[in-house]
Parts: sequence; structure tokens; C-alpha cells
Amino acid sequence: MSIKIFVPIDSAALSLGAHEVAATISREAHARKLDIQIIRNSSRGLFWLETLVEVETSQGRIGFGPVNTNDVKSLFDADFINGSEHPLALGLVSELDWLKKQERLTFARMGITEPTNIDQYEAHDGFQGLKNALNLQPEAIVATVTQSGLRGRGGAAFPTGIKWKTVLDAKATQKYIVCNADEGDSGTYSDRMIMEGDPFVLIEGMIIAGLAVGATQGYIYLRSEYPHALETLNEAIYEATKAQYLGEDILKSGKAFHLEVRRAAGAYICGEETSLLESLEGKRGLVRFKPPLPAIEGLFGKPTVVNNVISLATVPIILAKGAKYYQDFGMGKSRGTLPIQLAGNLKRTGLVEKAFGITLRELLYDFGGGSLSGKPIKAVQVGGPLGAYLPESQFDTPLDYEKFSEIFAVLGHGGIVAFDETVNMAKMARYAFNFCAIESCGKCTPCRIGSTRGVEVIDHIMQGHDVNKHIALVRDLADTMLNGSLCALGGMTPFPVLSALNHFPKDFGVDAIDSKA
Amino acid sequence: MLSQQDQKILEQCIKNHQHMSGALLPLLHAIQDSLGYIPEEVYPNIAFALNLSVAEVHGVVTFYHHFRTHQPGRHILQICRAESCQAMGSEALEAHIKKRLGIEFHETTPDGAFTLEPIYCLGNCACSPSVMINEEVYGRVDNKKIDQLISNLKSV
Repeated sequence: MSIKIFVPIDSAALSLGAHEVAATISREAHARKLDIQIIRNSSRGLFWLETLVEVETSQGRIGFGPVNTNDVKSLFDADFINGSEHPLALGLVSELDWLKKQERLTFARMGITEPTNIDQYEAHDGFQGLKNALNLQPEAIVATVTQSGLRGRGGAAFPTGIKWKTVLDAKATQKYIVCNADEGDSGTYSDRMIMEGDPFVLIEGMIIAGLAVGATQGYIYLRSEYPHALETLNEAIYEATKAQYLGEDILKSGKAFHLEVRRAAGAYICGEETSLLESLEGKRGLVRFKPPLPAIEGLFGKPTVVNNVISLATVPIILAKGAKYYQDFGMGKSRGTLPIQLAGNLKRTGLVEKAFGITLRELLYDFGGGSLSGKPIKAVQVGGPLGAYLPESQFDTPLDYEKFSEIFAVLGHGGIVAFDETVNMAKMARYAFNFCAIESCGKCTPCRIGSTRGVEVIDHIMQGHDVNKHIALVRDLADTMLNGSLCALGGMTPFPVLSALNHFPKDFGVDAIDSKA
Repeated sequence: MLSQQDQKILEQCIKNHQHMSGALLPLLHAIQDSLGYIPEEVYPNIAFALNLSVAEVHGVVTFYHHFRTHQPGRHILQICRAESCQAMGSEALEAHIKKRLGIEFHETTPDGAFTLEPIYCLGNCACSPSVMINEEVYGRVDNKKIDQLISNLKSV
């Protein structure tokens, strides 16, 4: 029996040399005439340990990491393939504190299975949700999702079940399921991990959505920056079609669902749902007016469910284990779990799936281990480039949609980027305006022009010109953008700008700020 | 002027995609993947095949950062400028790369080896700072690592 060695194929692991590590292990084993089998699994999401090599033993999978190519020889010398001691040995991976403290529901298979191996997906509870859904009426599927309390994980946090109900009730000859996989928010990578690491769970979620609302065609709108995800998704769709989960007759139920991946083209705005639909139709990604809602008139004018990758990938476990199981996690109106992505200047970056309610401080210090640079953490940006910057005094805020709203912040897609004390927050405010200027679709004047004016005004502040006057101007501009933009790009750029200004006035050359926005 | 071979590729791309719903983006991707860029002279062909105006094709090509209308260098080096990479020193890395290649963003080195582009998030934020070269992402990039990568690719 050959010994199984796991080397992740997630693109973050590849970015640190996982392919080279796998090749070196293979060469070394061959030279030593050892019988091993290298399996390319998904990543556990413990990125400070990548490349995380695991060896299957009778006790379970033993980890070694972070492994570089020049560690491989010493690993073999220490007989690591039999789980022996080595300075990089981590013990049983499933027993690692970082994993044990999590509640992995959506990410249950992450790091364990081979991404496009459909047999493994089935062996690890895959397609259970779909099989249950096939025995339910559409109304009952929608009711289950509604009762679970699942809210849109893309960032807007709109109740998924209510969106589905609107599409179910709409009368049309054709309806669509569109997966928003244009994960443009900086500091986020959970969609990428699902698509590269467990693509069948997304496919299963989309099929269930199709059954629930009566849609027979699905599109995954995938950002062009994710070439590996494209390849994995296409392979998984091929496998799922072969196994009759996709196609004209899903598991001989008489129901049909077809799925296609469409590549985006590097426009941040196309993560906004109406702009995404324009892009899918082959147009410039200009934001649409709402109403009509996409649920009534969406893709090609037909009723369309537009959901984020994580929302759709969470549906299978809800259908498999029931609404109550999922609903029992979380706090307040934020039910279930959130896949949180730790990024930026932290010792231990990676994917933490936890029930809502965990505080930022626990995430930054217990999971994240504090800053990698060793300097104090000065600010964290939560929820992508349109999310607020939070100072240390707000680190005890629990992750909960409503609690974050109370402090003029957002959870967004669950990305957390930490900055140490060397960051200049006026510069980050300038960056936020500049990003908006680069990515604005141009439809609304406050966003199109205001963002450029914002950069100029911050430049005046940073050069010390008439600081108080220009701060008042920034506030006025922020107010115009907030109230005068159709979508979140113009409407939320004020969040990072004003939070930087309000919490870190010294970086703007003033001692204190009198009026809080 | 397109070479005869490029003309054939273009026609094949159009043939493969023109019947798709919302065909323009998939078609533009196919053309750029095959030719390396989208020559402006092909706009009329695309417009005719998809029953659009040339202005509409131009509008779409220029809206999206991913599409280019000029032949790039042999390697496309994209530096992530988003927040997580900034928190890990991407600005200094960006300055180093620009100095090393002697070009600014959107420019190509005189030897045609590298085109330098900014990018806003590669989804590799747990391993910042990141760059993408052609279609591969590299994480935790420092000056030494990027120098090595550039040296390895320069003559390729």
C-alpha cells in the first residue's frame, strides 16, 4: 500500500510554491524507492503554514508546515512519511487549535478532499442537500432557506429566502440563477477557496436554487483574476454533468438545470448585481436603476436570483441538516456562520469560519496572533475597500450585521485587513477615493466626479493647506456621494474615508474631530 | 493589418461565440487569449457578427481593465495595489519593480519582455504582498524573490 501524501492545490498554496514542493517530494521518494501517492487536496486555509503537507497515518492526517522545497530532503531523512518527528511537524491536523476552535459548515470539506473528485464529494456528505430538495416542493425549499436565517454573504446581507421567494412567485417562461463570483473586495478570498477547493458545493447550491425558483439555467460570473478557479469549475461542471447532477434530467427527476461559467474582465463594479447582469448580457457594466429588482427583471429581462458564492455554497448544508441546525449558530439577526478571511499584517492569516458573535479582538489576536511585524495593530479594515477602518477601541465589537451598522461599519464579505502603526490613515482615505475614481462605472456624477475631487481635497489636507476648511469639504462631498449614488461604490466610499478621518484625525493634521459622521 | 493567420483565428473565434447569449465578453476573451490583445481594426467584424455598432464594441472593450488594444510584452507582470498588500509593503515593492524594469504602469520594457500593470486584489490576501505573472500568482513577494522571477523570465 502506498502512503498518501497531501499537497494543496489552492492557488494561495501554489503562490508559495506548492507545485514545486509536490514535485520535489515525488522526485525524492522515487530516488529513495519509496511507494507514495501524492494527492492534491484543497487548502485548510491556514495560510501561514502553506505549503502544508499532510501524511495519512493510522491515527489520522499528520501535518508538516510551512514546507519549502529545501525542507523536503530533511523530511524524508526524518522518515516523515511515517509521521515521525521533525521541526516542521504539527501533529494531527484535525487537532490543531486553529481548526478545532472553528465551526466549519460551509467549509466542512476544505483541505480534506480533492476538489474535482466527485466520489469524494459524495463520500463526505455531498449532494445530500440536493437529494432532500428533490423530494420537496419549491415552496418548501424556499421556506427552509428562509427559516435558516441565511443572509446574502456577498456583503449586502439581504435574506436569501426572501429573494428566492420573489423569483419563485414571478411568472416567466425562463428564470436564471446567477452566481456572483466577482470577488473583488480586497482582503477576501473565501469565494476563491470554495471554487478552487470544493466546487461541487457551489454547483449543488445552484442546482437547489434552480429547483427552488424554477430556473433551468445558471451562470457563474467569475472574475478574470482567478484562472485556477475557472479551470476547476469547468472540470467540476463536466463531472457533475457526467454524473447527471446537471443536465436535462437531474438524477432522473425530470427536472433540468444547466450551468455555465462566464469570465468577468477586471471591473470591480461588476460585483454590484445589476452591473454584473449588464456585463453578462455583453455590455458595459453600468449600474441599473432599481426597481425593477433583478428578482423581477434580471438577466435578459427575466426573473433572476443573484447570489454570492458563499450564500449558494451554504444552501446544501441547510437542506441536508435542516433550517434549525443552521439557525442555531449565530447571534441576533445574524444567523449561522461567516467565513472570515484574515489578511494583511497578521502572524496567522487564513480562513476562520465561525458563528456570528465572535469579536474582532478574538479574531485578530487569538486566531491572527497579532501583527506579523510585531508592531501594534493601529487599524483594521473590515468588509473590503468600501468598509470602515476600525481603531483599537472598537475591537470588541462582535461580528454581527446590526452591531457593525451601529458603529457605521459593515461586515461585507467578511474580509479583515490589519495594518500596523506605520500606516498613514490620510493616505488610506486618499486611496479609497482613488480606487472609487478608477472603478466608478460613471453613471452617477457624485461617484464619477466626486471621487476625483476627493483625491484632490485629501491631497490639500496632506499638504497642510487650510486643513479645517478641506475637512469640512470632505464631509460635504461624502454626504453627496452617500446620498447621490445609485450603488454601494459611490455610496460607501465615504465609509473608509470618514472612519479614517474620525478615528485617526492626527494623520490628517488635526488633533480632534468635532462632528462625527 | 492582421496577418492571414490572425484573420483566420479571429473568424474562428467569432464562429465559436456568435450564437451565445451575451456573446460579446466571451468573444473578446477568446480573441485576447488567442492574439494577446484586441486589435481595434477587428471591431467592425465583431460588430457585424453580433449585430452591434462599432461604438458599442469600443465602449465595452474600453470599459473593462482586462482588455487591451495593443500587443503586450511577452510577460505580463501585475502588482496588487489593494489594502492587504499595502499593509505588507507593496508600495515599496512596486517602486522596486518599476526601478528594476525602468517602466511605469501600462508600459512595456524596450526589449519587449515585460508589460507592467496594476491590479486590485488577486484574492491572495493571506499571503501579501502578491504579484501575478502571466496567469500565476506569487505570494509573500520581496525584492529578492521578484528579482529572481524577473531574471528567470527575461530571456524567455
